Amino acid sequence: MDFSFILDPGYQSYFIEGFVNTLALVFWSGLAGMVLAVLVALGLVAGPMPLRWLLRGFTTVIRGTPLLVQLFFFYDGVGRLLTSVPAIRESMFRPLLNDAFFFGAVAFSVSVAAYSGEVLRAAMMNVPKAELEAARSFGMSRTRMVRRIWLPRAVQLCLPTLTGEMILLLKSVPLVSTIAVVDLLKAANIVRSETFLVYEPLLLVAGIFVAMTLVLTAAMNLLERRFPGARPARRKTTDIKLGA
Amino acid sequence: MNGFEQEGLRDWIGPLLDGALVTVQIAVAAYVIGILLGLLGAMAKLSGINALRGIAWGYTALVRAIPELLLIILLYYAGTQGLNSALIAMGFAGGVEIGGFTAAVSVLAFVQGAYMTEVFRGAIVAIPKSLLEAADSYGMSRGLRFRRIVLPLMLPNALAGMSNLWLILVKETALVSVVGFEELFFTAQQAAASTGLYATFYLAAGALFLAMTLISNVVFHFAERHVRRGMVRG
Repeated sequence: MDFSFILDPGYQSYFIEGFVNTLALVFWSGLAGMVLAVLVALGLVAGPMPLRWLLRGFTTVIRGTPLLVQLFFFYDGVGRLLTSVPAIRESMFRPLLNDAFFFGAVAFSVSVAAYSGEVLRAAMMNVPKAELEAARSFGMSRTRMVRRIWLPRAVQLCLPTLTGEMILLLKSVPLVSTIAVVDLLKAANIVRSETFLVYEPLLLVAGIFVAMTLVLTAAMNLLERRFPGARPARRKTTDIKLGA
Repeated sequence: MNGFEQEGLRDWIGPLLDGALVTVQIAVAAYVIGILLGLLGAMAKLSGINALRGIAWGYTALVRAIPELLLIILLYYAGTQGLNSALIAMGFAGGVEIGGFTAAVSVLAFVQGAYMTEVFRGAIVAIPKSLLEAADSYGMSRGLRFRRIVLPLMLPNALAGMSNLWLILVKETALVSVVGFEELFFTAQQAAASTGLYATFYLAAGALFLAMTLISNVVFHFAERHVRRGMVRG
């Protein structure tokens, strides 16, 4: 085992770039994906019939195919199709279309929208009807009822699942190394090809991911506890055990 | 026309279907081995033996914290090289190469086993204790109890998790294309590069994967009905 490559500033810069790109991808696709997920969930529970079918089809297709295939479809497929249209090629969007990071973020956002959208949909269905009726009887308009009661209550119900989805998102980031984004895995592969070290750079990245998962898990636990109306920390079973 | 026929989807349907068959083969083999690893892991976690519990804990914690693609690349190189040098050390010098199929299956099964361990552990813990005590009081040995009581009672609890893991596994097989193993997605990539019809072939690969997951959903639906037969609906 030879980890001396860590001390080389040149190699360090690859890993730093990879680390920053990894975090940026999680942040942007987490944000955009969650906004889309709310729209998907709203459409699924309250949209008109054709929209519901469309969204059902969308979540089924996205959840039923590998993320890697989706990534290549967006980057190699859609990206190439768009650049083959002269009007788009000459437009101001040109730099975006060559940007693998952009397509990675798009693919991840779409994936988060489908998975978390279904989670949110199930949670919205599980909000007691009486609470929504109470909101209506207070004279809230439908949109206000959705904004103030239905969505927040639904998020309360599925928060642990949603935070789990964010950890899955973090763990999908290395897929973008296959479409030429310099993430941590790509950085490791560059260093591997330059130093002829087979495992060490990969092990370093594995270690970084273990640390990142731990930090993200802790942050998400904190969020779960801070979220308004969150249940108090689960009591130990011994407290509520009644006799033998 | 200049005599050269433009290659299209039709020329590649055969290879794509072959790739899909390989994908199903890897997935089934990895699933079966993953289930065995999961049973071993769950037994280790529930055994009173600290060393076994520690190993099982480390296995599941590490595998679940590291991204699948990274794990697959790491295990693919480390695993094949490690096994090869072990085989050479044992005297099978030269000529012994681990095939891509074996490597792909073992890597996916290793990852699958960690998740399966957690599914089985949860399902076994959910079995009412009194049922196990009843088995003990009939004088059943541990092995008999496991086969006749624990396995059948655990299955209804575990099946939802198992079907989820199967779907994840089918989609994960696409990752072994990254280490150059020729399955469905690898074939689709070759077809896309050779014809220039990128969107078409990624859609085709996606459609085949979708067909696999949809069929699996139906199969697991019936399996769930089967293992829950005679149970009171909750």
